[in-house]
Amino acid sequence: MIAILDSGVANLTSVQAALNRLGADNVITDDPKVLRAAERVILPGVGTAGAAMKALRAKRLDDVIRSLTQPVLGICLGMQLLFTRSEEGADCLGIIDGDVKQLSAAQDLPFPHMGWNQLELSKSKHPLLLNIQEGAFVYFVHSFAAPVGVYTLAQTTYGQPFTAIAAQGNFMGCQFHPERSGAVGSQILRNFIDLETA
Amino acid sequence: MLAKRIIPCLDVKDGQVVKGVQFKNHEVVGDILDLAARYRDEGADELVFYDISASPMGRSVDRSWVKRIATLLDIPFCVAGGLRTEDDVRETLAQGADKISINSPALENPALIDTLAREFGKQCVVVGIDSRAEDGDYFVHQYTGDDKRTIKTRRHTLDWAQEVAERGAGEIVLNCMSQDGMREGYDIAQLKAVRDVVSVPLIASGGAGAISHFTDVFEQANVDGALAASIFHKKIVAIQNIKQALRECHIPVRL
Repeated sequence: MIAILDSGVANLTSVQAALNRLGADNVITDDPKVLRAAERVILPGVGTAGAAMKALRAKRLDDVIRSLTQPVLGICLGMQLLFTRSEEGADCLGIIDGDVKQLSAAQDLPFPHMGWNQLELSKSKHPLLLNIQEGAFVYFVHSFAAPVGVYTLAQTTYGQPFTAIAAQGNFMGCQFHPERSGAVGSQILRNFIDLETA
Repeated sequence: MLAKRIIPCLDVKDGQVVKGVQFKNHEVVGDILDLAARYRDEGADELVFYDISASPMGRSVDRSWVKRIATLLDIPFCVAGGLRTEDDVRETLAQGADKISINSPALENPALIDTLAREFGKQCVVVGIDSRAEDGDYFVHQYTGDDKRTIKTRRHTLDWAQEVAERGAGEIVLNCMSQDGMREGYDIAQLKAVRDVVSVPLIASGGAGAISHFTDVFEQANVDGALAASIFHKKIVAIQNIKQALRECHIPVRL
């Protein structure tokens, strides 16, 4: 069973539909007991880091997330929340050491960064990257991102490089939307579903 | 590299995909889910569903198909047509649409753009502009969904494009009316003129009829995406063939 964390601010229809297409049992929940008992947890997110953290704290879910030991996948803002803090004006969950920053509006690029862009894979053999090709296109919609660091499995360049896929222990994140990234996104979700649990 | 997008547009009436001849005599072309799946499989980067059952009298419409599309598709899609209020937009996004597009309601009440961008984020707010060249300038037209009501506004297209971008539109679809349905190519000059004054993503619409029209519009007008309808519905060209041609011209595409 995969628990999709309902923070109350994200639209969960697309994520749930993607799991259903892959035949993965799932439940949308904000119940700490269900989250702790799930084999895997997905942390979606749209909106701002400040609003999302406020919603998580109001439901006392921030400590619950930090305590999870099963595979956890943050999507878009959900990935950013795993980091220490966000330049969007919020202290985040502090699970992965690093600060989320606003992509700089240099070079006359339109913002937000929206559309299909390419993954540049690290040398990691992480199972989340199974059958993902160098240069594969995935769908992004965001203005903030984590810089490239030791946790980076794949990066993407839009004016500057940033982390597209991160992993640290059982916590993983995609800055893009795998549920809207065609076959490549489905493969990444499939890889997450197939990760061996400790 | 950010890929340039190929975007099929489907006209939807009462939950069915239709095509009309000059906005009249709509005939059902097929089931909305079947056609959406077909374009997804053929490599569309995004789909636009233009709900024409809504427009004229402002009556509320059944948008239950939006959720069915959201459940089926693994690529982003935009819903256009008949969205007049913040509540219409909230409901449509809640059903799983990635973006919404407004046109005439933005002309009636430009502040709607600000409200939607603030409430839902500019990334999901697309503004459609119907424009036509006249007397050496470009003018915005309104209510183009209905032949009898279509009017030319006093707004200059370049001014309006800048205004909607400043108000928070995350993307502009410029529909060049004199090209629409002609399949003689996009209006490069007009698209270039708009491109020069706005930095938000710009989508070309109206006039696609051959593969070379796509390479031309990306190379010459530097647009971010190209939207087309009949060329895809009538299977005149395949999306994959367009993308191959774009790649040969060193234009980044998702293949």
